Amino acid sequence: MKLTGAQIIIECLLEQGVDTVFGYPGGAVLNIYDALYEYSNKVTHVLTAHEQGAAHAADGYARTSGKTGVVIATSGPGATNLVTGIATAYMDSVPMVAITGNVALSLLGLDSFQEVDITGITMPVTKHNFIIKDIKDLATTIREAFHLANSGRKGPVLIDIPKDITAQINEYEKREPLPIEVVCKMTDEDLEKAVEMINNSQKPFIYTGGGAIHSNAKDQVFQFASLCDAPVSSSLMGQGGYDNTDKRYIGMLGMHGTKTSSLAVSECDLFIGIGTRFSDRVTGEIKSFVPNAKILQIDIDPAEINKNVRVDHQLIGDIKCVLTKLNDKVKKKNNSEWMDKIYTYKEQYPLIQVGPKEDILTPQYVLETLNELTNGEAIITTEVGQHQMWTAQFYNFKEPRQFASSGGLGTMGYGLGASIGAQVANPDKKVVNIAGDGSFHMNCNELVTASKFNIPIIELLFNNNVLGMVRQWQRLFYDKRFSQTTLDRPTDYIKLAEAFGIKGYTITEKSEVRDVLQKALSADRPILINCVIDKDINVLPMVPAGTSIHQPILEIEINDE
Amino acid sequence: MEKHVLSVLAVNNSGVIGRVAGLFSRRGYSIQSISAAQTENPDISRMTIVVEGNEDTLEQIDKQLSKLVDVREVILLSENNSVRREHVLVKAGNGEETRNGLIEVANLFKAKVVDVGMDNLMLELTGEPRTISAFIRLIEPYGIKNLVRTGISALERG
Repeated sequence: MKLTGAQIIIECLLEQGVDTVFGYPGGAVLNIYDALYEYSNKVTHVLTAHEQGAAHAADGYARTSGKTGVVIATSGPGATNLVTGIATAYMDSVPMVAITGNVALSLLGLDSFQEVDITGITMPVTKHNFIIKDIKDLATTIREAFHLANSGRKGPVLIDIPKDITAQINEYEKREPLPIEVVCKMTDEDLEKAVEMINNSQKPFIYTGGGAIHSNAKDQVFQFASLCDAPVSSSLMGQGGYDNTDKRYIGMLGMHGTKTSSLAVSECDLFIGIGTRFSDRVTGEIKSFVPNAKILQIDIDPAEINKNVRVDHQLIGDIKCVLTKLNDKVKKKNNSEWMDKIYTYKEQYPLIQVGPKEDILTPQYVLETLNELTNGEAIITTEVGQHQMWTAQFYNFKEPRQFASSGGLGTMGYGLGASIGAQVANPDKKVVNIAGDGSFHMNCNELVTASKFNIPIIELLFNNNVLGMVRQWQRLFYDKRFSQTTLDRPTDYIKLAEAFGIKGYTITEKSEVRDVLQKALSADRPILINCVIDKDINVLPMVPAGTSIHQPILEIEINDE
Repeated sequence: MEKHVLSVLAVNNSGVIGRVAGLFSRRGYSIQSISAAQTENPDISRMTIVVEGNEDTLEQIDKQLSKLVDVREVILLSENNSVRREHVLVKAGNGEETRNGLIEVANLFKAKVVDVGMDNLMLELTGEPRTISAFIRLIEPYGIKNLVRTGISALERG
């Protein structure tokens, strides 16, 4: 049938099973928005306050559903406002398709109004990007974009479409989505060698990352850990890939990992990394990272092998596929001596948060209460900073896709948009965005999106009036010169929430926590909780950047005048 | 720092050089020369890229290049398994008295005189990169006015 370019775009989205897009209209996408009007019974468009919020929403939607997030923005500033969101998705391998309008073909390259070279700008932060110059390429390019976003290591793909292409007419024929090939290309010898390494190990250690979640390999990882009889640690991106309440789970590793994890890594004889890229936040000083063990890495991206850490052996492929094959071959092991030692460490070094004064309201208390009231089943998004680490430490993630946080790029302002996307993807689940007051101010405009569409997220704000994580570094390494990190802003959070049409609560005492959380959780509309905490509650343990993960700082003395 | 020669087959579109160059610059790989043009198949171009780096860096360059969607194949060309050539055009000379000397050097290298000016000659030579370097060294005393090297292009033997 004959359709306009704009109609072809929407038809191609429907081919891919897309029923929800996030975005913001503008001149160069007028035709696309006109088609969205026509298809409004098939595609829901969530209008955010800012394109960045739309990109984060598409990201949160993708992370918590496993589907591809789709975001639409106009040319020029609309497109550049997506960049942080695209880069965030790229660093954490999130499947996303960004569609931007551009000026008409005849105006390209002439510094026309709202023209920007968005394919040039996003080249380093997308898996691939396209600019359509001929309507005949439109449908195939969109199909390829979805295929690329989801094949191998997932990631964002951008398609830039000049305005006149969206108005031109072309023949369109519906197609099935291109099949996604499961990467699993190791040889039998590769597999045998890995099995031998595992069989020869008496003290194995398993470390899981975001790859285990992208591959939906929770059951395979669990079975693998039981077969190996090993403790399991997860990266920030790996939260939920392994049940945090399971006895084998020993917490994160690296900059804010547990003492148990660091002891386990220093004593293990085999380190098995599953879907993890050995980020600098995890390894600390490379040469002391895994001192006494061989390293086996399982990852879908061959470029992650030997990039940051030299490994002894690797299996390249989709985590679920690789582990299914491994689980068939690994003999059930019994490393009770090793595991007993791990359990002893776990008891000896629990995570306990202390403030500068006795018996004050701690994020640990709030998060553990939230965990209890939601039965550890809420979807949690976060901003970036201390609250992000506390969330990973004290909320017990049990399932994949329960946690969405900007790990690689560390994007403050990510969480609120992401929570909106997560709630849209999971209307039956409770979604809570944990924020700090610094991150909150970056994109708090998206409160209006939650309010307008009655997207019933909870914005749980840990308000300490400072940029806590930076302050923590300034305290430790900059002689307590708290340069530009004492915010003390006059924002009235409750009034601000109310101005956007959102009910707000303030918590200042422990005694208020349970009651307010219960009220918020039972509301079927968005709620903001302003949880006022002391400015000197630190994230511990802490490994200073570039130092050995085996000497974490376990306490920080606060004796300010 | 060791030098390595990579032969990269890629989709022949306007953005592909930018993608490859961008990858090298953002990951801090050092690129010594790059030469690219379409192959017998107009949809595919071949780039010969000379890079500097140790084995670890080379492994990363290979893998990261292979991840680019437009890149179809990356082949590492060793000195033994490949033919490597470079082309140079050089304008040199400083008046009539230098002309004979220049022609002598050109003959020695079997270089061609491709243009004759009042004061200078333009010479052309294709050969092994080190031959080109030696040729330029010998031309230098006669006063080089302009020079252009293409960078290495190479193909696997056999």
